[in-house]
Amino acid sequence: MDLKEKLVSSFLAFENKVDLDAYAHDVRSEAIKIFEQKGFPSKRDEAWKYTSLNSVLKEDYSVFPKQENALEYHQVKHYLIHDIDTYKIIFIDGKYSSHLSETTHEGIDVCLMSAALSKPKYQLIIENYFNKAAEQDSLSALNTAFSQEGAYIHIPKNKIVEKPIQIIHFSTGDESAIMLQPRNLIVVDENSHVQIIERHQSLTDNPVLTNSVTEIFTNKRAIVDYYKIQNDKETASLIDNTFIKQKRESIASVHTFAFGGKLTRNNLNFYQNGERIDSTLKGITIIGNKQHVDHNTLVHHIEPNCESHQDYKGIFGDRATGVFNGKVVVEKEAQKTNAFQANNNILVSDKATINTKPQLEIFADDVKCSHGCTIGQLDESAMFYMRSRGIPEKEARALLMFAFSNNVLESVKIPQLKQRITKIIAKKLGVNIGFDL
Amino acid sequence: MSKYTEDDLREELKTKEYEYGFYTDIESDTFPNGLNEDIVRAISQKKEEPEWMTDWRLEAFRVWKDMEEPEWANVNYEKPDFQGISYYSAPNSKPKYDSLDEVDPELLATFDKLGISLDEQKKLAGVAMDVVVDSVSVATTFKKTLAEQGIIFMSISEAIQEHPELVKKYIGTVVPQKDNFYAALNSAVFSDGSFCYIPKGVKCPMELSTYFRINQAGTGQFERTLVIADKGSYVSYLEGCTAPSRDENQLHAAVVELIALEDAEIKYSTVQNWFPGNAEGKGGVYNFVTKRGLCEDNAKISWTQVETGSAVTWKYPSCVLKGDNSVGEFYSIAVTNNYQQADTGTKMIHLGNNTKSTIISKGISAGKSQNSYRGLVQINSRAKNARNFSQCDSLLMGNECGAHTFPYIEAKNKSAKIEHEATTSKIGEDQIFYCNQRGIDTEKAIALIVNGFSKEVLNKLPMEFAVEAQKLLEISLEGSVG
Repeated sequence: MDLKEKLVSSFLAFENKVDLDAYAHDVRSEAIKIFEQKGFPSKRDEAWKYTSLNSVLKEDYSVFPKQENALEYHQVKHYLIHDIDTYKIIFIDGKYSSHLSETTHEGIDVCLMSAALSKPKYQLIIENYFNKAAEQDSLSALNTAFSQEGAYIHIPKNKIVEKPIQIIHFSTGDESAIMLQPRNLIVVDENSHVQIIERHQSLTDNPVLTNSVTEIFTNKRAIVDYYKIQNDKETASLIDNTFIKQKRESIASVHTFAFGGKLTRNNLNFYQNGERIDSTLKGITIIGNKQHVDHNTLVHHIEPNCESHQDYKGIFGDRATGVFNGKVVVEKEAQKTNAFQANNNILVSDKATINTKPQLEIFADDVKCSHGCTIGQLDESAMFYMRSRGIPEKEARALLMFAFSNNVLESVKIPQLKQRITKIIAKKLGVNIGFDL
Repeated sequence: MSKYTEDDLREELKTKEYEYGFYTDIESDTFPNGLNEDIVRAISQKKEEPEWMTDWRLEAFRVWKDMEEPEWANVNYEKPDFQGISYYSAPNSKPKYDSLDEVDPELLATFDKLGISLDEQKKLAGVAMDVVVDSVSVATTFKKTLAEQGIIFMSISEAIQEHPELVKKYIGTVVPQKDNFYAALNSAVFSDGSFCYIPKGVKCPMELSTYFRINQAGTGQFERTLVIADKGSYVSYLEGCTAPSRDENQLHAAVVELIALEDAEIKYSTVQNWFPGNAEGKGGVYNFVTKRGLCEDNAKISWTQVETGSAVTWKYPSCVLKGDNSVGEFYSIAVTNNYQQADTGTKMIHLGNNTKSTIISKGISAGKSQNSYRGLVQINSRAKNARNFSQCDSLLMGNECGAHTFPYIEAKNKSAKIEHEATTSKIGEDQIFYCNQRGIDTEKAIALIVNGFSKEVLNKLPMEFAVEAQKLLEISLEGSVG
């Protein structure tokens, strides 16, 4: 039985298991129909021209985790940003781990999707926001159909959340292959500010497929900083669908640090429903072996006087494949839009491939839109300069590559996170130097 | 003098009618509508073609039958009814003439209206004209001068008769019959076109030029152009088009193949000004063209195009950079107005080492038109030190039009250097203000800016053609081009 059939036939069993409230039930039933009709995307779909899911879908995934697994803090400490105080929402094989987590209901809600979907006090928010930003593409619909667990974050008006929130999904590999479908909902009301770090981590070499959907709503003048760390095992694949709906004068930024996994697909979508909105999409990709990372971004400028900034850097070694597909749509009404997009890539190996497609669709005349895209190598004269001053080749190369990706790192607002990323980059580049020289 | 603003320009663009809309009444020899193997055979027979050519056409037709019309382009139009088109039409004043006096006077009048008096062209421009009205070549000039150098420049049907070995060797090598839907259709039914062969080491002394014109109501025109530049030779080839105003849509599916052998250079320039439909978007020509060039070692192919006409344009002049050190260039200005839709761009396929390509594309959209750039830059894993520079700029006039960019960049070699940049903007008020400040009125300022915007491409046109290009651009952007 292929995965699609398995998922469709599991749906009834799943529906019987979860507590049905009418609203989510309708949304799920609608979604499974969409998935059943569309199926998994293939290379024939324009948006999937350069990314094939075949190698990922052939595994025999178990769709529901059979048992609850526990992990001790020392086993996973390494994967957390542990040197600062944070709220934590931690899942093990798709199940919430209260033992490792630190949630709150004091003034803000940092808790679980399962609770939000079933308890009446959240009903209003769920009905107003749940599945209101996600596109009806097949993978998001699949996630919606099986949406049950994930992070639920609601920041009411005028709150500055004093510490960052970490959302971490672990898979233990207790089962030979597992498919996870976390669903996160983040609602940030007027004038509030929140920082969120998200990570998916597999702890063994058993295959994992994560099909995640995160919906983020930033209301008037809200500020959201979202960081995604993707540094997983080479047996773990991630399809990450993020949808951000912004209201006027809000500021949202998403940083994606893609350092691996088997196949990573980031669908990042911004919708600007208001004036003077600012959206930032940045990413660093450093991969090797046979890894595949695909960034598929959309910024939809709907109203006037908004800005968007995109900056993606990629370094590809061995037989790695990188894909960047960035789309900027400027509607007729969205005059005075300022949209900027840059995608710079370095190929380190002859077997590595980069496919990039920066795309502009513009219907308004008074706009400034630009995109730039480069593929190139390290500057040999810069290399020579450093080597002539006694810096070994490997370190010199690493320094240059770090410098190449640095302006993405510069806008990270949590210093400890920046340090952590710097360390990961050093490890990825195979050097043992701190870059904060 | 009243002030000339961007709004005035927009208004003018909207109301500007197609100047060259007229219809010449020449008795034509036209086939019944529809397409089947018999029609393909009949076309071949009519042209007294050898058997291999008939078979080649039939092969293409069989492939075409099973193909589907492509849907991926960013254009909307009513699909042509391929069985409702007549696939052959020839002006019936045969045989050919040795002098212009013998030519149908009405036809000569047509040329006069278009401002291309053959005599004048001969004397002033030094351009050899292979004039195509509908599908048959009516007059060929300067043939003798060219023949002295060993250059073959004739209609492709003549070439099939006189130089079958060359045609047979090269036709379909760059654009195979089954390449795409329209190329297959063209391969099956092409009625005429131009053939050009430049022998080894010869530098063609003049710009070669053809005029294509759609004239007979309801006949699609399917030209086939084949240009071969043998080792070390050089040729500059010009193609320009205008078509009479007509209410029903006309289909045009041409195929152009360029072959540049070692050290050869081909410069191919196009000015296209077919009927774009009226202000309501009615009528107009569908232009679905396959143009591709193949470069051997050290060869260079340069495409320059000025696209102002057609209701729907679907055109991607491409270069296959097969040889080491070969160079591909693409310079384009595409102007769309009213309901015109253009989906145009280029493909640069880098196969050899040290290959270089440059893409400069300028899109100007006005009215309710949609203008798309769609391009592919592909670096093969064995193409070392490939270099590409692409620049796509769009200028929007009014907020009812759209400008789109779809660049595909695929690199499989680490030594590749690729730069791509695109911008979209309107004529900046600050730019106009700057000019005004310095005593340049708004009309001149707009002219200056638009001129500057497209200058990089206009500069690439050969001298003889630049005037014509200017003239055609003026139709779309009158008042803005100084």
